[in-house]
Amino acid sequence: MFPARFQYHRAGSVKEALGMLQQFGDDAKLLSGGHSLLPMMKLRLAQPAHLVDIGGINDLVGIREEGGKIVIGGATIHDQVAGSAVIRSKLGLLAECAAAIGDIQVRNRGTIGGSLAHSDPAADYPAAIQALEGEIRLESGSGARTVKANDFFVDLMTTAIKPGEILTSVSFTPHTARTGYTYLKHRQPASGFAVVGVAALVTLDTKGNCERVRVGITGLGPKAFRATAVESALTGKKPEAATIGQAAAHAADGIDALADIHASAEFRAELARVYTRRALQQAISTIKV
Amino acid sequence: MRVTMTINGQQRSDEVEDRMLLVHYLREVAQLTGTHVGCETSLCGACTVLMNGKAVKSCTVLAAQADGAQITTVEGLAKDGELHPVQEGFWEEHGLQCGFCTPGMLMLATDLLSRNPDPSEADIRHALDGNLCRCTGYQHIINAVQYAARKMRGDARKSA
Ligand SMILES: Cc1cc2nc3c(=O)[nH]c(=O)nc-3n(C[C@H](O)[C@H](O)[C@H](O)COP(=O)(O)OP(=O)(O)OC[C@H]3O[C@@H](n4cnc5c(N)ncnc54)[C@H](O)[C@@H]3O)c2cc1C
Ligand code: FES
Ligand code: FES
Repeated sequence: MFPARFQYHRAGSVKEALGMLQQFGDDAKLLSGGHSLLPMMKLRLAQPAHLVDIGGINDLVGIREEGGKIVIGGATIHDQVAGSAVIRSKLGLLAECAAAIGDIQVRNRGTIGGSLAHSDPAADYPAAIQALEGEIRLESGSGARTVKANDFFVDLMTTAIKPGEILTSVSFTPHTARTGYTYLKHRQPASGFAVVGVAALVTLDTKGNCERVRVGITGLGPKAFRATAVESALTGKKPEAATIGQAAAHAADGIDALADIHASAEFRAELARVYTRRALQQAISTIKV
Repeated sequence: MRVTMTINGQQRSDEVEDRMLLVHYLREVAQLTGTHVGCETSLCGACTVLMNGKAVKSCTVLAAQADGAQITTVEGLAKDGELHPVQEGFWEEHGLQCGFCTPGMLMLATDLLSRNPDPSEADIRHALDGNLCRCTGYQHIINAVQYAARKMRGDARKSA
């Protein structure tokens, strides 16, 4: 099994890649880790005439701290995010999420920019990016813009990225004090993709009440979303089991749940509620007040 | 296009089709047929090789993407006629039956032990997530990786 013919181009810089995108127009696709695109090309679900490989661009790889933010280059592999000392200590939710993606080999090739651009409804990163309110930087020939996570995911495998744009980095505010988090997913046994995945982030105030609650859910609907009904039902409250359960019951509110051979829409919605409850409980249990 | 890479310590350079997958390059051009093709869909891990020291599924990497890389295949594990500890582990602990999955298992185990010299059974099971074996039921594979881990730690102590 191999892809239809195409011309391969390795870009040495973002500028060069942008030039190639301009030159080849709609016939070109960016190639990062290739772990979503190459399988699709083998199945001939995608047949681009030109591949612009951005995987080797140094400026797109790595993790840096900048003006109080943590910035991750678009072509940084999942394994590097999962193993980074900075991410593990200051943005643990993202490290946990990256470590839950696929298997070692997938994490050694797949990249954060590729995962977000591809925006598979069962991908893990989008849940954490939503919960962490990540900011996505897009560059094109005419400049750069930053898109908030909530505006980035548009629909099934559709994002705010416009033709000719490259996702160059994602930036995050580090976790604050008295914050607990976890990423929990019901794995699809063959691939490891999330049937449903829940990223939960809770900050308690000094009295032990929930000051800030963020819940990102993937797998349930056509795109990852923030479960704002859950968040507001818990904010300001004491994190007691009953209260958490009542809040988590809103996890699937207003979502048109997907159905496939792995799970019916009803089962997915139930998984979302159960995993939201568990994720919130687990996140809160790790907070040291 | 022309690709140049170092495979098991030897550099080679060939003219290939842009769409050629690394696994086909290794097997058909470099004639290293130890790397197996199983599912061709990135799921079974039989095609696992090390690319710049990291385990990757070579059915889901273009030869072009590996241009300039260091590749290690199962043929590169043994040194001077001596089995690598992971190979010895599979031999001693009966870590295979038909052997189809074995090259991929060996390469994955090499990556795992380079990050974690003392993995627990749970660590090993978790690491084997992307490698399927239809024969052994995995238990002997886990024993084999544990054997290799012990051997490699022992050797490290001796040389330290
Ligand atoms: C066996 C297997 C199991 C997997 N399991 C999981 C899992 O459990 N959870 C999970 O979340 N994912 C999983 N994945 C997907 C994996 O994480 C992919 O690597 C990821 O979704 C895509 O990243 P990539 O770098 O490989 O992107 P590519 O495949 O290179 O690209 C994907 C798409 O994004 C575009 N693109 C890439 N980079 C950019 C950029 N910087 N800017 C704009 N557009 C860009 C490409 O043009 C393409 O359309 C799995 C994949 C495989 C093969
Ligand atoms: S042949 Fe590559 S993963 Fe199965
Ligand atoms: S030994 Fe036969 S597939 Fe593993």
